[in-house]
Amino acid sequence: MQKLPLLGAEAIAQGAIDGGMSGIYAYPGTPSTEITEYVQINKTAKERKIHSRWSTNEKTAMEAALGMSYAGKRAMVCMKHVGLNVAADAFMNSAITGVNGGLLVTVADDPSMHSSQNEQDSRYYGKFAMIPTLEPSNQQEAYEMAYHGFELSEKYQTPVLIRITTRLAHSRAAVGRHDVKNENKLVLPQDPKQFILLPSIARGRYKNLLGNQANFLLSSEESVYNQYFEGKDKSMGIIACGISYNYLKENFRDEDIAYPVLKIGQYPIPKSKIEKIANECNKLLILEEGYPLIEEMIKGYLANGIKVNGRLDGTLPRDGELNPTIVAKSLGLSGTKTFDIPDFLANRPPMLCQGCGHADTYNALNIALNNYGKGRVFSDIGCYTLGALPPFETIDSCVDMGASITMAKGAADAGLIPAVAFIGDSTFTHSGITGLIDAVKEKSHVTIIIADNFTTAMTGGQESSATGKIEDICQGIGVEPEHIRIFVPLKKNMDEMVRIFKEEMAYEGVSVVIPRRECIQTLAKRKKEAKKKILN
Amino acid sequence: MKTDIVLAGVGGQGILSIAATIGMAATKDNLNIKQAEVHGMSQRGGAVLSHMRISEKEIASDLIPEGYADLILSVEPMESLRYLPFLNANGWIVANSTPYINIPDYPDIKRILGEIEQHANHILIDADHIAKEIGSPKSSNIVMLGAASPFINIPFESFLEGIKLIFGKKGDKVVNDNIAALHAGKSFSEKHSVKN
Ligand SMILES: Cc1ncc(C[n+]2csc(CCOP(=O)(O)OP(=O)(O)O)c2C)c(N)n1
Ligand code: SF4
Repeated sequence: MQKLPLLGAEAIAQGAIDGGMSGIYAYPGTPSTEITEYVQINKTAKERKIHSRWSTNEKTAMEAALGMSYAGKRAMVCMKHVGLNVAADAFMNSAITGVNGGLLVTVADDPSMHSSQNEQDSRYYGKFAMIPTLEPSNQQEAYEMAYHGFELSEKYQTPVLIRITTRLAHSRAAVGRHDVKNENKLVLPQDPKQFILLPSIARGRYKNLLGNQANFLLSSEESVYNQYFEGKDKSMGIIACGISYNYLKENFRDEDIAYPVLKIGQYPIPKSKIEKIANECNKLLILEEGYPLIEEMIKGYLANGIKVNGRLDGTLPRDGELNPTIVAKSLGLSGTKTFDIPDFLANRPPMLCQGCGHADTYNALNIALNNYGKGRVFSDIGCYTLGALPPFETIDSCVDMGASITMAKGAADAGLIPAVAFIGDSTFTHSGITGLIDAVKEKSHVTIIIADNFTTAMTGGQESSATGKIEDICQGIGVEPEHIRIFVPLKKNMDEMVRIFKEEMAYEGVSVVIPRRECIQTLAKRKKEAKKKILN
Repeated sequence: MKTDIVLAGVGGQGILSIAATIGMAATKDNLNIKQAEVHGMSQRGGAVLSHMRISEKEIASDLIPEGYADLILSVEPMESLRYLPFLNANGWIVANSTPYINIPDYPDIKRILGEIEQHANHILIDADHIAKEIGSPKSSNIVMLGAASPFINIPFESFLEGIKLIFGKKGDKVVNDNIAALHAGKSFSEKHSVKN
């Protein structure tokens, strides 16, 4: 089969399709979005009717994938790193139930926070749940890990975590493929009680998971992804995880690396190989893309073993992603930089698109807020988060998806009245609804703005579960119909928008304001596709 | 032989279409490629960057080390300077001279062009103007690629093939416009690539 030029994210999708996957479940999030999008347009996936429609959030996605696994079929769930926090309840418990059909949980981390609120390292979740974790170093490995991952999952009846990072997810290289496997047949779990986590059964399942740890370790010791490269110079041994192995190799180009190197791509970490490198070398350098997980384990609390260099002692920066230049420094190699950035350059931060409805809404909200003063707008995650920057500077918080409504409620409880929440349509159905129920129950003095642009714009315009349903949802929860207000965010409607905001902020209860206008990017895309259809 | 290229511009200027064309040309020649794209937050009118690596040998890192790029190809003048630490001592800057001003504090353009001109190996090209002159104003990115083509270790014919493959679906006119743009960029470079 011909090699395909694939992003790391796409390689995982192709590997899963070729590996016999029957369904992928996901909520979009950079840098994981392209995995699902690839399956959505792939020919084989379409022919096989592989499920690939977006889920409403990561928890619903995780649970649906577990349900497909229960029914005996191979499933993947994918998300960005913070999505795993949302799915964590289902994820942690799936380690206890175990799986029937193969289940891969693919999580894309974002060290350096290119488009995220934090840079948490999902390998800790793998360790926390005590399940095998795979970390590819390149696009080909990404493909292989998805392709063979299902077998690993079925062999030990455990979910398997695949952890990638932004660089690999968004970097393209040629990938070779294997034969396309058949999908599994529908078959119920052998043990009908496997998925019933009543305490009495859960205790048994947990013992089963603990008993499996030795198998997971053995699998890791024998894994092709954990390779030991001998080296003559024993003054230092290098442990390189995932993509950091490439940065290491880059620094030696055509030469062999003189030091012993342990490349790690499967966890739990291979104990005997770690012992070998520690025994034969005078010190260790540990290269990890993310938190110092292995470094902490090897160093231990008392640090009374072998000398360890890494992120904890400053040999490498404690935060941010690695790159070949940083790794060169950690190896004591001199830099090759010749030129510096001239000091007069200006930054070019991302901005709302020209003509975006969020801009009109923020302009109106700023005027309406004049009577009340600053510091009371709790926002959320989406394109509208850019309202924190000039020229708007409207919003005062952005923490996690859904936190706008609940933080506004808490602040109103504390006496910050009126408190305003600003949330997007997709984020509202992702995790805003439950917060709204809390606010309605206590008749909190909050004005909740649900900016409806019919899409999940921030991540590239995926379908939004909220489209066409927002008023019904709000009314169903108990928001009074006369306090559900809708307007079209356009400059010409400025007076109306300001008036509505003022009226609702004055209301001593829950009101919902819905600025509604399609995202101009998805509008343009839709028009272009319609034109194409007519031409064809 | 290897060529490490930093592609730069502003979100929406279409640097990924340049990357795709180079990628297609390199694949035609059976060269290895790795191309790190920038997605997400950075796209909405912000600075964008792509690392494109081409080599006969296996490529280890997806990112180019500082001081290793052979070429900075930027469709915007100020953006070409943002990535100077990546350029090697003999590397080339090929930059569009038309600024894209979407920020209030864009520096004096004369200062920016002056800084580029100080570099021994540079091509400053008004790609938008050239694209208009040859009657295909939309192909200024391919004019830029043409201007950079002499500094990329891929035969020129492969770029032509790449363009046919990428634009083929859009019809002969689009293919021919882009081929004309590629030639126009290349001949501009050949006239101006005398070392200072
Ligand atoms: C838990 C979690 N999942 C996914 C994301 C990625 N993400 C950021 S904003 C966003 C959705 C934005 O959609 P919406 O609320 O409709 O606002 P819009 O961008 O359309 O204005 C997503 C999916 C995230 N930050 N956190
Ligand atoms: S992508 Fe859509 S929602 Fe986001 S800034 Fe642009 S127009 Fe606004």
